[in-house]
Amino acid sequence: MAVPKVCGIETEFGIAARGADLGPMAASSMLVLAYAGGLEQVGWDFASERPGADVRGFDVSDHAYAPIEPHLVNTVLTNGARFYVDHAHPEYSSPECRDAMEVVTWDRAGEEVVRSAMSRAASALPVGSELVVYKNNTDGKGNSYGCHENYLLDRGIPFASVVRGATPHLVTRQVFCGAGKVGSEAGSSVEFQISQRSDFIEEEVGLETTIRRPIVNTRDEPHADPTLWRRLHVILGDANMSETATLLKVGTTAIVLAMIEDGALPDGVELEDPVTAIRIISADPTLTATVRLARGGRISALDLQRRILVAARSWAARYGLESVGGDGVGTCVLDAWDAVLESLGGDQSLAARTVDWVAKRRIIDAHCARHGHHPTSPSARAIDLQYHDLRPDRGLAPRAGLLPVADPGAVARAVASPPRSTRAFLRGSVIARWPAAVLSCNWDGMVVALDGDRTERIVLDDPLAWNEECSAGILAGCATTEDLVRSVGARRPGDR
Amino acid sequence: MPERSRAVRAQAPSSTDTVESAPPVRPLHDAELDALLDEIDAVLEPDAEEFVRGYVQKGGE
Repeated sequence: MAVPKVCGIETEFGIAARGADLGPMAASSMLVLAYAGGLEQVGWDFASERPGADVRGFDVSDHAYAPIEPHLVNTVLTNGARFYVDHAHPEYSSPECRDAMEVVTWDRAGEEVVRSAMSRAASALPVGSELVVYKNNTDGKGNSYGCHENYLLDRGIPFASVVRGATPHLVTRQVFCGAGKVGSEAGSSVEFQISQRSDFIEEEVGLETTIRRPIVNTRDEPHADPTLWRRLHVILGDANMSETATLLKVGTTAIVLAMIEDGALPDGVELEDPVTAIRIISADPTLTATVRLARGGRISALDLQRRILVAARSWAARYGLESVGGDGVGTCVLDAWDAVLESLGGDQSLAARTVDWVAKRRIIDAHCARHGHHPTSPSARAIDLQYHDLRPDRGLAPRAGLLPVADPGAVARAVASPPRSTRAFLRGSVIARWPAAVLSCNWDGMVVALDGDRTERIVLDDPLAWNEECSAGILAGCATTEDLVRSVGARRPGDR
Repeated sequence: MPERSRAVRAQAPSSTDTVESAPPVRPLHDAELDALLDEIDAVLEPDAEEFVRGYVQKGGE
């Protein structure tokens, strides 16, 4: 049986200072500090980070990676998320979530965190200047920044099976979760393409995230007990403004990974050349292009998606939807998957309510028709960028007719509150209760201050064990961090 | 599969209590699209075209 698909999204944002002379690192730092100003700034604990560890059994940390810079601006929020500066970008890493709808909720909460940070930063800048943040993945000039997804996998499944099974889905899911882009950054003459990231994916499998980016990333850093779990780090996705697109991106991928673990993927959908297929599919908004299958013949992205969906329905009937969060969210994802494939294959104007690239393309086409502009004119590129602008008074996506799926009240609460379903609950609750005592955090632990200058690292290496159900009673019985360390240490997950 | 994970799954309630399927989708009417274009014309930055030319980021990740 598939293990629970604990999941989350890390979003690197584009940033610009309007009316102020600030470089991207300074602007990013100012943004995060503006938000953290009212909070205790929680450092990041790099002790358990192994970005150079490769699932294929080697480690490049010693010779290929620059030293990590722990002095960079970092904060961990009471909702369990990390909000920090990653090189020249602000980044929000959502807390661990139990299902795709939770990811939508805490991803949207991240947008609200950024909006709040922009507003606070503006009050510290000269009148007429502000920081502007874009939830997109490219500057249109060959520089890309990522929106990475993470999924919990059973360590017992061979990684080669994960790669073989996930690749056809990862290559073709862009038809409903691509964010759309004017032009190409890879030398193609395409006027509009489906995905922001497709120009930057160059390998099928690999460890890199900044050069020669792969479809399937091999970083072996589970942030959990490595004898039980892997973390699949997906780096080829676009950041989505459409909540439905985020729901589908994470929900369908979680289902496909659970199907791999249950041995339920359809046969014969492997692609002959996945990297070329990504670009062919991205460059064809008519969705009629076909790509070559490994066993011969050709298939369109929509038809390949339909085949995976049919198999997913059979898998759900046989194995249930508990691994992806239960019947409610699982059925919601399957139905939305069905609906989006139907509208993309038929009346695309319906898909404009749910799919970013369709919504964006419609307003660019209509705007250009109205003003007599070329589809790759600076005016079209301006709409492309401003679609992702997170300022409430300037962003175009909220005005594009997209249908919301997350409960707005839940999003508002998620700005400060963690998911109740994962260890993020304990992390966020401890930071809220003892903000000054949390010296540093990582996904699988936190270092807290005790009496008399002593410190202790609390280990949280089971992503689900410290959910509300497990933690609430313990927290209620703790008056101090001494109590916390004693209680959490006494009740290690393996003892349950 | 490890025993532990099975136990975890049984006690993993979702934080989003109820998830309802979305209502049927209808496309925007022409009048709605026109209104949307008017609004886009209004909120597009006056210097948007110049700004997008100068928008350069460092690669990330």
